[in-house]
Amino acid sequence: MSDLAIQSYLPPVIEVESQDELLEVAMGPHHPSTHGVFRMDVALDGERVVRLKPVFGYLHRNHEKIAEKTTYLASMPYTDRLDYFCSMTNNWAYALAVEKLAGIEVPERAEYLRVITAELTRIQNHASAIGFLLQEMGASGTPLMYAFREREIILDLFESLSGSRMMCNYMRFGGCRVDLPAGWLDAARQVVAGLPRFIDEIEALLTSNEILMARSQGVGILKPDLAINAGVTGVMLRATGVNYDVRKVDHYGIYDRFSFRVPLGEHGDIYDRYMLRVLEMRESVKILEQAIPQLPAGPILDPKSKPRGFRPKPGEAYGRIEAPKGELGFYLISDGTGNPYRYRVRPPSLINLTILEDMCLGQNVADVVLIFGSVDIVLGEVDR
Amino acid sequence: MKTSEQVLSELLAAMPEVKVSLLVNPSASAQHSLLVASEDALRVAAYLRDQLGYDYCSNVTGVDWLDKETTEKRKTSRIVLKQVDGVEQSVEETVEETVKRVDPGYLEAVYHLFSMKHGPTDPHPPLVIRMRTGNRSDAVELPSLTPVWRSAEFQEREIFDLYGIVFRGHRDLRRLLMWDEFEDHPMRRDYVDPDDYEYEPTPHDDVLKRAEQQRLQAAQGGAL
Repeated sequence: MSDLAIQSYLPPVIEVESQDELLEVAMGPHHPSTHGVFRMDVALDGERVVRLKPVFGYLHRNHEKIAEKTTYLASMPYTDRLDYFCSMTNNWAYALAVEKLAGIEVPERAEYLRVITAELTRIQNHASAIGFLLQEMGASGTPLMYAFREREIILDLFESLSGSRMMCNYMRFGGCRVDLPAGWLDAARQVVAGLPRFIDEIEALLTSNEILMARSQGVGILKPDLAINAGVTGVMLRATGVNYDVRKVDHYGIYDRFSFRVPLGEHGDIYDRYMLRVLEMRESVKILEQAIPQLPAGPILDPKSKPRGFRPKPGEAYGRIEAPKGELGFYLISDGTGNPYRYRVRPPSLINLTILEDMCLGQNVADVVLIFGSVDIVLGEVDR
Repeated sequence: MKTSEQVLSELLAAMPEVKVSLLVNPSASAQHSLLVASEDALRVAAYLRDQLGYDYCSNVTGVDWLDKETTEKRKTSRIVLKQVDGVEQSVEETVEETVKRVDPGYLEAVYHLFSMKHGPTDPHPPLVIRMRTGNRSDAVELPSLTPVWRSAEFQEREIFDLYGIVFRGHRDLRRLLMWDEFEDHPMRRDYVDPDDYEYEPTPHDDVLKRAEQQRLQAAQGGAL
């Protein structure tokens, strides 16, 4: 192998005067900035970070093994618990992988319902992510509460649709579980009509805020080449200027019927990630404004499908969607029985953390909290 | 859009000496995969990234394939001595016998590749490449593809943790999800989970054990 020159992307080594004078700090597992239980073992030279090792697994429950021991359908509610902010998109990714595996068609109305719920999910996720980022910057309360106020309105919609605010368990292989209750569409229309005002409000509060700009511009810079090589996806990737959105690349579902743009960043710093989340919320509103009036009548699930005795033919499939946090994929191997032989979740939250060390090296320890917050992870998905 | 077959023929045209073969996926997804010999994997991966534009390695995962025992029923004819009407004669007889064959199991690492910047720009299915270990017990080494795709870093650590594949050339191969002292690989198909995850021997256990021994001795009439 030695004759092979491969260009690798490794984190830089930070020079320190003396290894003996480093301060080693375990940030976590119970640190207010970690959104759950997660540890960063940091070595500090004064205030400067010279080494950072993330430690995972505090929330590990071997979701994949559990899924292999149960039927295809029974894993659907379990996917809600991966990224518990975005259960709708988790459902969709899993349903999409199974549909690829078994070659199932989805009725048109169900496709629309999927797009509507997924885009509402994206808006509430991005709003919360911005709120948490500002919370970590020291803006205790206000931005997060503004975001949560709006999120609650969207979760009310989910609750009246699926029976649960966060654990929706809404999608099925080849469609959705229940049709809209009476008056839901009008309520959704009202919520969507109110969203631009909310995004304006967030922007008026934050976009030209001096403290936000001072703390986030030029901090935690990620280069596009490294981002691609490290498999970073979602807002993190697009903030570096790489135009890659699975909705546009794969044309899954019916996304090619709607006109929306993919906002791109320039600098790849925290501020770009914040700005991109705001812009993506606006694009999601655009998609919703197109999708809700177009919603056709019809079945939401093929009435002949039998989800309970589901046994796909032997084979394998990888299905992926653009979840709010990045590319969420499911890889399934079927051996012809009712349980998947292999069930794998490609967690965007975990893989986006690959470059956490690269972004933090050389920065101040106070910025580590911000950089980590700007990645937007949920530990339920990181540890699975 | 390039299919796996086209990628395979381009690979073989550029590097005729590497061992790569196509594995057909019979399901509706038709995502076929390329089986790469582990000694050639790093070269193939670098070629895929730098020449064919698969610059984005999305998903890396392990699969455990157990030893497969197949029983075949085979009909053989042989000549046996038999008493026919009181006279010993040699008679040809067909006998059915079952033959057992064991295909050894292996662990598999699966990589799903896409292209982000350079390469196929239209929607393309994932290019799936697989590597297989020699067996499931002592020949579990595979080359790490982290020098080519950094995104495999945590995912290969996860495979090492949960499946026990040792990735040669990984710069930081430690357990990712289970704790460091954990000994088994929980995602293997034959993993048996313990009765009590929390059990740790304590001094208290010794006391209980001695008490039990004394009770037994007393029951047998021995002196306390």
